[in-house]
Amino acid sequence: MVHAAKASHIGGCLSMADILAVLYTRILRVDPAEPQSPSRDRFVLSKGHATAIMYATLAECGFFSLTELDSYCRDGSIFTGHVSHAVPGVEVSTGSLGHGLPIAIGMALAARHAGAGSRVFCLLSDGECDEGSNWEGILFAPHHKLDNLCVIVDFNKIQSFGSVAEVLNLDPFAEKWQAFGWQVEEIDGHDLAALERVLSGVPAASGRPTVVIAHTVKGKGVSFMENKLEWHYRSPSDELLAQALAEVGA
Amino acid sequence: MRTTFIESLSQAASENPDVWLLCGDLGYSVLEPFAAKFPDRYLNVGVAEQNMAGIAAGIALSGKTVFIYSIGNFPTLRCLEQLRNDVCYHGADVKVVAVGAGYAYGSQGYTHHALEDAGIMSMLPGIEVFVPCDPMEVRAATRLIATSGRPSYLRLSRQGEPNLGAAVTDLRKPRVLRDGRDVVILASGPIASRALEAAGELAGRGRAVGVVSVSCLKPLDEAAIRDAVRDASLVVTLEEHILRGGLFSLVAGLFAGDPRRPPVTGLGIPEQGGKTSSAGSREALLDAAGLSAQAIVARIEQSLAKC
Repeated sequence: MVHAAKASHIGGCLSMADILAVLYTRILRVDPAEPQSPSRDRFVLSKGHATAIMYATLAECGFFSLTELDSYCRDGSIFTGHVSHAVPGVEVSTGSLGHGLPIAIGMALAARHAGAGSRVFCLLSDGECDEGSNWEGILFAPHHKLDNLCVIVDFNKIQSFGSVAEVLNLDPFAEKWQAFGWQVEEIDGHDLAALERVLSGVPAASGRPTVVIAHTVKGKGVSFMENKLEWHYRSPSDELLAQALAEVGA
Repeated sequence: MRTTFIESLSQAASENPDVWLLCGDLGYSVLEPFAAKFPDRYLNVGVAEQNMAGIAAGIALSGKTVFIYSIGNFPTLRCLEQLRNDVCYHGADVKVVAVGAGYAYGSQGYTHHALEDAGIMSMLPGIEVFVPCDPMEVRAATRLIATSGRPSYLRLSRQGEPNLGAAVTDLRKPRVLRDGRDVVILASGPIASRALEAAGELAGRGRAVGVVSVSCLKPLDEAAIRDAVRDASLVVTLEEHILRGGLFSLVAGLFAGDPRRPPVTGLGIPEQGGKTSSAGSREALLDAAGLSAQAIVARIEQSLAKC
């Protein structure tokens, strides 16, 4: 998709591929046959630029056909480069960072009010945690004991213009969430069993929202992309595409 | 206006169990009756307007009708992108209610003056914008937006505003507060009371001056506006807002390109860029902005002299 459309953000897509795979195959109670069911779990992709992996996941799960992905970023396509709620299975459009968590909080409040047992999962990028609107939400959710809310941070340590440590250091990251009152789980974001264990355990603590800090590798699975800043922006050439596909076993 | 709003909202919430109210830690002595009556649908989110707007979108996307409430620029400009992306782009059923239109918080200074909000909110896609002039219009607007199913902006003044005309029949249409067809003053918001004063003064000088409240800025009922000013030798717009993006811009745009367009004079608040604001009551600040009834009369006379 990214190659054909000459689009970007492949690095941040690969870092969260395992997270989405576990969410959509093991965790989320969503049904492609009834995508608007009121009692469904919600998934809010706050790092809306990681859209290729989101659309691919939804296609694999049957929300639409894989062939529709061919129109990704093409003229007239609903498959825009930042995630769009025109696409079946996408709850909200995002792209400007720091928007997803407050929306997810609203959904969690409404779900609790409805008593339907829905859970809300929200995926943030690490660089996105620079946005103050997130910290408004991080303060709010524990105060209101939103234990049906789970934030997952794709902590790949690289933001768009440098490493997180260089641009705006988040350390000590887990301690910050803890201090705000969250149940913190810190795992290897490519360990499928660990992902399934912590995500299936939501709510992990009664009366507290959960954050899963998933340590990931930007560009995971493709040797020349891993931990490389440039793959936040680049799309692969024909030759590099062939190598990448071979490496991920596609 | 605040009290009328909360009474009307409570009525709407009694009739519809999906109506919620969020506030950004403002509304002391106003919102308590709603909070007491509907505790599970009321939430003070704290001093965090971006979060409030996003939360409102999330609740609305779960099938509810959500009002968010704060002062002037806080639930509007402070969280403009949340309103654009999270609310309007999704068509989420969120109502933004701002109290303190124009100079309502006069002596509090520029940060609390809402001078650009109506124009900026009007630019958002799919939102309806209401600037009522009196408690009757507030009641009608609250009830209308509570059931409209779409994003809305409701711009309230503060307290003590009198009713300026007879019953509201259709809030979306211009409401005639005073008959008169020679000069027609189109006013939005409680400053319409000054238009009535000015019209009375001009009547004493033999001018037939009508005053029409335009409380629904978006969607603007263009046909009804044209009808309201038909045959007028001068159309005057009056607003407690800068001219750019507000009522004047809308009316001027409506007649632009019309070969028989009437002369339009826009009266509003000058842009404040780089100047400091002084303390003062709403009335004193309006006077200083050239919007006393006497100044309005003088500016209309000047415009008529050029017609």
